[in-house]
Amino acid sequence: MWTETLIKMIGKGILETLYMVFLSSLIAYIIGIPVGILLVVTDKDGIAPHIILNKIFGVIVNLLRSVPFIILLIAVSPFTRALIGTTIGPTAVVVSLTIAAAPYIARLVESSLKEVDQGVIEAAQSMGASTKQIILKVLLPEAKPSLITGAAIAVTTILGYSAMSGFVGGGGLPDIAIRYGYYRYETDVMLVTVAILVVIVQVIQEIGTRWTRKSDKRIS
Amino acid sequence: MNLSRVHDAVQGWRYKAMADEKPIIELKGLGKVFQNKDNTVKALEDINLTINRGEIFGIIGLSGAGKSTLVRCINFLERPTSGKVYFDGVDLGTVGEKELLKVRRSMGMIFQQFNLLMQRTALQNICFPMEIAGIPKKEAVKRATQLLETVELSDKAKAYPAQLSGGQKQRIAIARALATNPKVLLCDEATSALDPTTTRSILSLLKEINVELGITVIVITHEMSVIEEICNRVAIIDQSRIAEIGEVEEVFVRPKSDIAKRLVFSGETHIETFVGESKCRIIFDGRTSFEPVIANMVLECKTPVNILFADTKDIDGKAFGQMIIQLPEDEAGKKRIFYYLESNHISYEEVK
Repeated sequence: MWTETLIKMIGKGILETLYMVFLSSLIAYIIGIPVGILLVVTDKDGIAPHIILNKIFGVIVNLLRSVPFIILLIAVSPFTRALIGTTIGPTAVVVSLTIAAAPYIARLVESSLKEVDQGVIEAAQSMGASTKQIILKVLLPEAKPSLITGAAIAVTTILGYSAMSGFVGGGGLPDIAIRYGYYRYETDVMLVTVAILVVIVQVIQEIGTRWTRKSDKRIS
Repeated sequence: MNLSRVHDAVQGWRYKAMADEKPIIELKGLGKVFQNKDNTVKALEDINLTINRGEIFGIIGLSGAGKSTLVRCINFLERPTSGKVYFDGVDLGTVGEKELLKVRRSMGMIFQQFNLLMQRTALQNICFPMEIAGIPKKEAVKRATQLLETVELSDKAKAYPAQLSGGQKQRIAIARALATNPKVLLCDEATSALDPTTTRSILSLLKEINVELGITVIVITHEMSVIEEICNRVAIIDQSRIAEIGEVEEVFVRPKSDIAKRLVFSGETHIETFVGESKCRIIFDGRTSFEPVIANMVLECKTPVNILFADTKDIDGKAFGQMIIQLPEDEAGKKRIFYYLESNHISYEEVK
């Protein structure tokens, strides 16, 4: 049964999965970082408190986060169709993955930035740093190790989400696992895809851990 | 030509400080109220304070007295809810947000927990305020290198804060605070996290900065020893108000308010256990220094006394502090001692 077509299909699946996960992670970070910053900065104890703005974004983030991904996947299909013209295939999944991941990443970024010592922020303020300078020169650089750790968690979680894309014909490894392993009882195909997913998760986590360690100057 | 200007050019900041009568910082009727959902906390009430150019001014109080809020009102990290703050003659309350950022650059600040950027090297930390002020990188690095020399840590330029000791971190923080050539250095419990030896070295560095660079230093602390070591004048804050203010020597010798007495004579609580009999407190105010006061008194009056408590300090060869002695039973002996003290101009008071 390990025909050339099957091997080719798994190879394509790996590429599709990586494409989905990394593209949606990238876009989700482009959205999530500013939102995370906004949540921290406008907090009542933040450097530029704005209760209303903070509440609005907090509610949006919570709303999106409380929708189960499998539901979101289907619910956003009209939007996906309007945006890219189709609801199947890896690119279509990127849309729903991004919508699901962005609020999650916003919360991760928020918690990383909140770890930055309040005293350091105060020191920057005492030097006459503007809000923008504090964000760019204090919050983000000081939180960098924690942000990297968060990124490894985010990417592996998005990989997990992407598994559900198999149900809507999203392509990638999970699609293969569901079609062959689940619907056709080809257990070994399922095992192989799962094994590959395990390897991908391990690699991402390892990169994240090493990068964090390398970038964190608090450990001498 | 104005004479003071000639002095200014020739003899530097000291004369400038004298010629320029405008105080560097003035607080007028300053108050700060923190409003919570269910309660209001008055952190500061009616604070009036004038800090002169070139002095080292101490602000002391027990924790929770409001001194940290006070120092943050000076650079407007906390906006006072009433009263005014004048910095270099400018009412900070009327200054716009952007201007305020610039004003803060002329006030350096150091903290108890140092507050260095953990992901930057020592040199990069010192460059940080200059980056904020938009000083070109090359120039900033040059100045930072000089400042590292000033704080005697040139060899630690590439070290990260995590690799430095507490004292070294505070030195870097001081260098960082000096980077933008401030007129004032605010020190918020700057030595409270350090051991006594390190504290001493940091204090002498602050004094050096004050003398050599002419920077006004404001020291917030809860330790009287810090005030004693470097300050010219001191304000004692108690329950959100200024309880006492004056020259350090004066406050040490004759503390008027209860809180000042508590801070100065921190060991005094012990004497309450000595019951009965009359006692007398002798105050050393720096005048009678090389003279063995008590011994002479005993010899002269031919009356033995019992030293119950003594807390004296030698500052620049002058004796400061107090001593509590138990007086003889007989009235005549007592009178002889009082007479001796009076005729030798030694301050004393009878304690019950």
